[in-house]
Amino acid sequence: MNKKDSTRVWKGLGPAAENGLFDRRAFFKGGSVLAAAMTGYTIAKPLQAQTLSDDPWSGSAGTPSGPYEARSRFENDVVRTMTNPNGEPRSQQSRTPHHMLDGTFTPNGLHFVISRSGSPDIDPEQHRLVIHGLVKQPLVFTLESLMRYPMVSRMHFVECGGNSAPMWSPEPLDADVQGLHGYVSCAEWSGVMLSTLLEEAGIDPTAKWLIAEGSDSLALHRSIPLSKALDDAMIALYQNGEKLMPGNGYPMRLLVPGWEGNMNVKWLRRIELLDQPAMSIYEARTYAPILPGGKAYQFYFLQEVKSFITRPSPGLSMNGQGLYEISGVAYSANGRISKVLVSADGGQTWAEAALQEPVLSKAFTRFRIPWQWDGSPAVLQSRAWDEAGHVQPTRSEIVAARGEASRVPSLNGFPSQHYNGPTSWQIDQAGEVKHVYA
Amino acid sequence: MFMRNAEYLAILAAGLFFLASTNSYTQTPNLGMPIDEQDIAAWDIDILPDGTGLPLGQGTAGEGKIIYEQKCAVCHGVNGEGGISPALAGGDPLSNGIDTGKTIGNFWPYATTIFDYTRRAMPWFAPRTLTDNEVYSLTAYLLVLNDIISDEVVMNANTLPEVRMPNRDGFIVRFPERTP
Ligand code: HEC
Repeated sequence: MNKKDSTRVWKGLGPAAENGLFDRRAFFKGGSVLAAAMTGYTIAKPLQAQTLSDDPWSGSAGTPSGPYEARSRFENDVVRTMTNPNGEPRSQQSRTPHHMLDGTFTPNGLHFVISRSGSPDIDPEQHRLVIHGLVKQPLVFTLESLMRYPMVSRMHFVECGGNSAPMWSPEPLDADVQGLHGYVSCAEWSGVMLSTLLEEAGIDPTAKWLIAEGSDSLALHRSIPLSKALDDAMIALYQNGEKLMPGNGYPMRLLVPGWEGNMNVKWLRRIELLDQPAMSIYEARTYAPILPGGKAYQFYFLQEVKSFITRPSPGLSMNGQGLYEISGVAYSANGRISKVLVSADGGQTWAEAALQEPVLSKAFTRFRIPWQWDGSPAVLQSRAWDEAGHVQPTRSEIVAARGEASRVPSLNGFPSQHYNGPTSWQIDQAGEVKHVYA
Repeated sequence: MFMRNAEYLAILAAGLFFLASTNSYTQTPNLGMPIDEQDIAAWDIDILPDGTGLPLGQGTAGEGKIIYEQKCAVCHGVNGEGGISPALAGGDPLSNGIDTGKTIGNFWPYATTIFDYTRRAMPWFAPRTLTDNEVYSLTAYLLVLNDIISDEVVMNANTLPEVRMPNRDGFIVRFPERTP
């Protein structure tokens, strides 16, 4: 953009919504101009910088890098929280610390994992994938053979159907974004399209479903419509460029982009084509949310459009009034995110956030918007739209349709599933951030 | 692997042509190894709601109770009321709230799922060690604990899919347009 254009933009720059939200382009056209372009607020005076001297770590040669890079020791508190740290005989859930991350891809060590009976220790050379049932010819694949197939790489989020479950609580739980929304992550997955392998086996015209089954101790299996399998399902072998992590299904998992995490079967060893769903425990019982009145939804495949603010958020308190960037993630099983609005006054007025390019289908989209905090109480919220026209419901809309838990659950409980309403962060005068309903 | 250049280029050109015209590969290395269904039998353990996959064998609640007390009660409670692991019997009406605890009695739509899950996943520390007769017996016992069948009813490949679960009609398909 030439100088003349940018001057015009900056002249027109003003608040986009109440309580300090600015035009989304503000940060992108030159941060220093922003302060000059804005009126009616005071920036806290910066502290006087100290006189600089040579740093202690600069005085001698550093540590040589090792065969597999470890992060700085100052980042060791950026970790998942676990619900079953001692490995008792029940499922273990590890949540992604969204408030400590930026960008759109979750590092492999921080990708969320829900593992019902732990990760099997699979020898990739011994592992087999079988495709059978309503096919012309049942086939077995080794990992080595799959490595010779044409591959694709796709950025996709994976979200547990029970992510955000604490939001069903009738009262807001005192929790951070990791506790509330930690069961969603996004990665670049590389592997072989499932359609390629199904075509090789030859699909019987009577096949309508398939089951995918893992080689974990529970032999977890889920039924998946064949149409989804042929649309965009993948046998994923790589996660963010390296082989899958054990918790994410090493050496291979099914990826059904945008659909319930549990359907993305890990440690995949068997695919059987069927003319009916198997009604495994997970579709018949676990991922069938009860509705007010007592009926339950079945086959709630899609993870619908959702967004939440990751910064600021509980645990990341404000450091005095002044200019901040509000940032968060949005995603939808129905394609690309088309718009994210942010409110700083509890949903009364809204400003459009900037979407970080590239905006990809069924992937995290990071949104950002400049915010001038004047030191008074504020309530931050985000709301996302997807390209199919779906909008994140308001809390009152989703509660009207789906109800609320009858009692306050624990943070680790799953009172229901598939919450995609908004999340509200209240900021008090001291700059502390707290989860509220607004 | 070691083909002559001309051959290689011809294949490459064909591949590129497909890429350009259909944006998908039709050429694959075809490395799937044929296998007979009987060689998959040890892995092919899913039971469908119409009973497909149910093995030979049978069992009753009386036999199931004995196995249950030995292998299951420690986690699920003496009468299936739950303990360190989920309850397998009882349960409140689902109209009590969206967070009502789900049990076989108040929620599960198909009895075949009990057989399938018990056989593939339980007992926790030794999955897939129960005999088919033991699984039929345990399934019968869990159905009796939930007042769905009476004590003397024999469970086998014919009777199990016929069991009418109380909440069979309690479901609404969320995305009918995506559900075959
Ligand atoms: C070491 C503890 C343990 C033992 C012993 C055990 N189970 Fe379980 N069982 C569990 C756990 C944990 C779950 C929940 C797993 C999950 O949610 O993924 C479970 C789930 C179940 C369920 C599904 C319940 C529901 O509604 O989700 C059934 C049915 C079941 N077990 C039957 C049995 C039977 C029958 C036996 C004896 C043969 C048995 N279990 C022995 C730990 C145990």
